[in-house]
Amino acid sequence: MAFSLLVVKLAEGLLVAIAIFALTLLFSLPLGLLVAFGRMSKNFLLRNIVKFYISIMRGTPLVLQLMVVYFGPYYLFRIPLGYSYRFVATIIGFSLNYAAYFAEIYRGGILSMPAGQYEAAQVLGYNKTQTFVRIIFPQVVRRILPAVTNEVITLVKDTSLAFAISVGEMFTTAKAIAAAQSNMLPFIVAGVFYYLFNSVVAFATEAVEKRLSYYQ
Amino acid sequence: MKILEIKNLRKSFDSLEVLSGVSLEVNEGQVVAVIGPSGSGKSTLLRCATFLETIDSGELIYLGEKAATTGPEGKAVYAHPADLRRIRHYVGLVFQNFNLFPHFSVIKNVTDALITVQKKDREEALAIGRELLAKMGLSDKENAYPYQLSGGQQQRVSIARALALKPKILFFDEPTSALDPELTGEILKVIRQLAEEKMTMVIVTHEMGFARDVADHVIFLNEGVIVEEGPPAAVLDNPQNERTKAFLNRFEH
Ligand SMILES: Nc1ncnc2c1ncn2[C@@H]1O[C@H](COP(=O)(O)OP(=O)(O)O)[C@@H](O)[C@H]1O
Ligand SMILES: [Mg+2]
Repeated sequence: MAFSLLVVKLAEGLLVAIAIFALTLLFSLPLGLLVAFGRMSKNFLLRNIVKFYISIMRGTPLVLQLMVVYFGPYYLFRIPLGYSYRFVATIIGFSLNYAAYFAEIYRGGILSMPAGQYEAAQVLGYNKTQTFVRIIFPQVVRRILPAVTNEVITLVKDTSLAFAISVGEMFTTAKAIAAAQSNMLPFIVAGVFYYLFNSVVAFATEAVEKRLSYYQ
Repeated sequence: MKILEIKNLRKSFDSLEVLSGVSLEVNEGQVVAVIGPSGSGKSTLLRCATFLETIDSGELIYLGEKAATTGPEGKAVYAHPADLRRIRHYVGLVFQNFNLFPHFSVIKNVTDALITVQKKDREEALAIGRELLAKMGLSDKENAYPYQLSGGQQQRVSIARALALKPKILFFDEPTSALDPELTGEILKVIRQLAEEKMTMVIVTHEMGFARDVADHVIFLNEGVIVEEGPPAAVLDNPQNERTKAFLNRFEH
């Protein structure tokens, strides 16, 4: 295979990886906040269900979770889902998994807020929602940004796990080509692509951190 | 006019009774100083009065409107949420450690509640905020962030923030205790000015000279009970109660 064709094939895989990355963040960041609320709920049942969910997501391999999401509907309920479900299953699996991690990060950030911020807002007449949206959450975002950045960087590399259910992302493609040609080159090119992808993500997160560091 | 009436307020944390039947009246334009040893319940009294803590029993009345009364079982019953929301707006509180919003600029700290809570338009809120900052001598700090200010400046911002909402009564919990000694003067000056403008205030303080100067009425709180109260000259200069005497003696030297 010509080198240019290899690059094109892997670039297609990279686009899939980027799609998994972007969609996972799009869904898991808001979902994580909801999960964090559930985890901190006053309702005993809800709190413990969510706690269990988080422990499952963090205590089992993501690859296994992807398998369950992909094969579960058919094996459990005989619901036939076509090939295109692979990608959807990937997004569902990744989002559920990352939401659990993000939830714990949100929770840590929310719990680290001093009571005085809530009290000041309350005395000024802010209701609960206003207090959270205007006073608490912006400060939480600032506090958790380093931890979120870590997860986001991990997610770039984790996209390769989609190979487990044969989604044609970059790693899957590289592995197929390498096997067909007994050649290391696809892995090296894929490695370069992952590295570039991560550099862009690191650059973007640094820019966000800088933007949010207007106060100390 | 009576701005605040507290009747027989009781408050416990678990088994520890912190306020054991405190009664207090504050008239319009009056300045009340609350003094007493550490742990005597001064902060708790202010936190109950500003709805940061719920009282166990007793009455809490602002401008004749009952915020909390004692129900048939002897337990405190609070007014309906809508009434309570209105009554809360009568009350302002200045914290010992300011509790400014660190992610907001100075002007936003002062104006955000006007916009978010009181739904004033930006221009109006800005005008109110700027006027108050000018009064606090902070016009040039409008766009600074709290971390860029000295403790005294931060406390003045927090006073401006409280005043912006035009409270009927303003509570201060040791407003100078977190400050370096050389910065207390600027805060006391601001409060003194508010007193001259007939702002109704309740001030917890360890600054006896200041209390003597600015207060119309001094309350000495000890172990959750008001053991002595009256005009500053009486309580501070000629205390009758042994505990008051012992407490004040510690400030002589
Ligand atoms: N949230 C709380 N939980 C338990 N005990 C408290 C709480 N707040 C205050 N206390 C106790 O109540 C007593 C009075 O405290 P406080 O009102 O802060 O006194 P002061 O302001 O006069 O120093 C102290 O013994 C304190 O430990
Ligand atoms: Mg105190």
